[in-house]
Amino acid sequence: MRIYRFFVALLVAGTLQVAQAEVFEHTLSNGLKVIVKEDHRAPVVVQQIWYKAGSMDEITGKTGIAHVLEHLMFKGTKQVPAGEFSRRIAAAGGRENAFTSYDYTAYFQQLHKSKLPLAMRLESDRMHGLNLTDAEFSKEIKVVMEERRMRTDDDPHSLLQEKMMSVIFQEHPYQHPVIGWMSDLETLTAADAKAWYRQWYAPNNATLVIAGDVDASVVFKLAQRYYGNIPRQVLPIRRNFTEPAQLGIKHLAVKAPAELPQLVMSYHAPVLSKPAQDWQPYALEIMVGVLDGSESARLNKHLVREQQIASAVGVGYDSASRGPGLVTLEATPSTGKTIGEVEAALRQEIASLVKDGVSAEELQRVKAQVRAGEVYKLDSVFYQAMQIGQMESIGLGHKTLPLMLEKLQAVTAEQVQQVALTFLQDDNLTVAVLDPQPLDNNKKKITEGNRHARQ
Amino acid sequence: MLASKLFAAKLRAGTALAVVLCCVATTSLATPHIQHWQSASGAKVLFVENHDIPMLDVAVSVAAGSSFDTAEKSGVAGMTQHLLDLGTAQSSEDDISRGMADIGAQLGGSFDQDRASVSLRTLSSERDQALRLMAGVLQQPVFPEAILAREKARVVAALKEAETQPASIADKAFQQAVFGAHPYALPVSGEVASVEKITVQDLQDFYRTHYSASRAVVAIMGDVTQAQAEAIAQQLTAALPVSAAPPALPAVAMQIAASEQRIPHPASQSHILIGAPGMSRTDPDYFPLYVGNYILGGGGFVSRLMNEVREKRGLAYSVYSYFMPLKQPGALQIGLQTKKEQADEALKLVRYTLAEFIAKGPTEKELLGAKQNIIGGFPLRIDSNRKILDYLSVIGFYDLPLTYLDDFTGKIERVTVAQIHEAFARHIHPAQMATVIVGAPEVKETSGVKNK
Repeated sequence: MRIYRFFVALLVAGTLQVAQAEVFEHTLSNGLKVIVKEDHRAPVVVQQIWYKAGSMDEITGKTGIAHVLEHLMFKGTKQVPAGEFSRRIAAAGGRENAFTSYDYTAYFQQLHKSKLPLAMRLESDRMHGLNLTDAEFSKEIKVVMEERRMRTDDDPHSLLQEKMMSVIFQEHPYQHPVIGWMSDLETLTAADAKAWYRQWYAPNNATLVIAGDVDASVVFKLAQRYYGNIPRQVLPIRRNFTEPAQLGIKHLAVKAPAELPQLVMSYHAPVLSKPAQDWQPYALEIMVGVLDGSESARLNKHLVREQQIASAVGVGYDSASRGPGLVTLEATPSTGKTIGEVEAALRQEIASLVKDGVSAEELQRVKAQVRAGEVYKLDSVFYQAMQIGQMESIGLGHKTLPLMLEKLQAVTAEQVQQVALTFLQDDNLTVAVLDPQPLDNNKKKITEGNRHARQ
Repeated sequence: MLASKLFAAKLRAGTALAVVLCCVATTSLATPHIQHWQSASGAKVLFVENHDIPMLDVAVSVAAGSSFDTAEKSGVAGMTQHLLDLGTAQSSEDDISRGMADIGAQLGGSFDQDRASVSLRTLSSERDQALRLMAGVLQQPVFPEAILAREKARVVAALKEAETQPASIADKAFQQAVFGAHPYALPVSGEVASVEKITVQDLQDFYRTHYSASRAVVAIMGDVTQAQAEAIAQQLTAALPVSAAPPALPAVAMQIAASEQRIPHPASQSHILIGAPGMSRTDPDYFPLYVGNYILGGGGFVSRLMNEVREKRGLAYSVYSYFMPLKQPGALQIGLQTKKEQADEALKLVRYTLAEFIAKGPTEKELLGAKQNIIGGFPLRIDSNRKILDYLSVIGFYDLPLTYLDDFTGKIERVTVAQIHEAFARHIHPAQMATVIVGAPEVKETSGVKNK
């Protein structure tokens, strides 16, 4: 729950008119940007605080510290003892959690609107008053190691993804997992966490997003009251990375206990940097919709339904991130089919995209899904706040959201064909294979179990 | 507001709270106005009219979950639901998915031991086409032979994969240990051997027997008028099969023998599940058990299990307990994952925490905290069309009172420490529970050894 990569779901983004109504912003003198999205359908509010500090800001040997700090943020301040943050939010009827990604770290509470001042008091307190003790650190690092075992070490698909990212990226810190390498977790200290906190947890490195049944002008006053006195800080200079060009296809295999093999193909791809001028990331978003936007989209229709070469397929791309982008195709071979056959089928789909492009009908279908998604989005205040916080944290700003929707609607069939040709090239490609291993000599026991009564 | 601030101050100081237990602030909150009728088809309809967003959500639920399977034909119920939208009398699977995608509509569904459902989200402007396709999916599925063969292969592959993953191995063994011969023990998607034998005839028979309008609940939420909702309910159910009610399920045996299965697995963590038959959706003890479970292991970061296992000792990332309320008693399930070497220590701690809770019940202070959260958080339960739609389905399917949402906070408010203590003692017997440990450490002793 506390760690995931948030893909801006552009394909469920949408039209300008509805979405961007009632968004207000104001920056406090200490640099904290406050953004309010009013939505009066239900008497609830969500507070999200987004810090522009994710795992990509970590240094070698200290991977995982962004996420460890996220856990420690619940472990008490000078004002609020360990565990009390969660107890007070719970007593106010609230739900809360936090998440860390490559690009940012964010914390949230959802509550009745009358409880917003409480949530702001607690959240602002831990922005500058965290009390990190060795005792809390040594307990919590064990929790994080358990989290790593659960999410990655014992999950064949996560393991494949982790190892693949470190093959895809040579220089960029996206090569390191958000949760950190186990050997780093074993050597991190409370002092590392304190250093991370001091460096990055500052109002001028954060965005506060409040969405729900609130009045923006009241929220701005509350923000000033609770966050306004936290001093601005000098932020470290961020490192810039230019991932060196990949000069040829890369391959890797990962062995793990599983039944089914899996094939993953990832191509380097651009992300948005100048949203008004860029066109390729929008065309890539639409391309992904044509390949995998519905059960009748190309990959499922051809590979799963018609040829029955794959039992499952998927495509991913995120046009909005701080670091470099990837277009990723995944497939699980059907029983009796090989990884080689599945790869050939995926390559055939790419070839036909490059050669014949996409039909007007396919283009319209994806655009219709985008427009509908924009309306459906209104049913989730939390999700609307997420989109705003994410766009702010990666440096594009929430005002880019309506622009992106316009640009998506303007993508042409030629542009889709062009990005497929430009980016779905072998020199850009990493191919990863999950090589399933038997659960060694225990197979028999697994089906029969090993029963005996407890005393 | 004032009252809860006072509580917070006292909690911080750690003082006794006996004097202030009466007063969790119950705010009167507008709950959605539920309209309810029986359609001419015989289906039960629950409707909330709301025009804030130009969209419509509809869900049709039928008593056709996996508990209507037999062991020999385990998987038929799930496959029937799965194939509904893969071909109808008018439309191919591709016509259906393309037809929905063209208008940005989303066809979905869910499936569990009790219920099979089909759901739709559509823009108001595209309602007619979306509902026409959905009506075909519900009422004229054809279960094409070739598609069944393809989907069987996919389900079998997924089942074989699940048999290698510790969480699913644990879940399957747990359901069997808790429910024994009762159909709630059957895996919802079936077994490899039984799925391989499924025929088109099996699906047609299952469909005809279970997908009758008299067993269907239609939930409608959003941008239509009541007259339109009435027509929609008819459109989606008038042509469902007519059939006599199938025989009632056997009762769940509430007392089970203690058991402990240790299943080897190369994973670095042990996956531990502990449980027993718990409560039904209409159990008179529903609210005491619900509130009690919040205290035991349901309340996020503030439950006893979370506090003992994670916060104090760092033994696990996730540890929880929950009741799965079904038509008949579903399981109380306690779960955690922890590295193999400390699995026995964690297991002992969880058992101790549970036994202590059942022996002594919660404290007044814990009950207060639970009520504050559940009552104070009530608005979050109904803050979107999606959530309200789900409540409509549950209320209709489980015959809960239409005033369920109106009564909710009052029922929570009236729960007492004694009621929780008694309800848990009646339902859960720590000496008669099933334990499953996948990726278990080598067994030396199963009890009586302290390793702290």
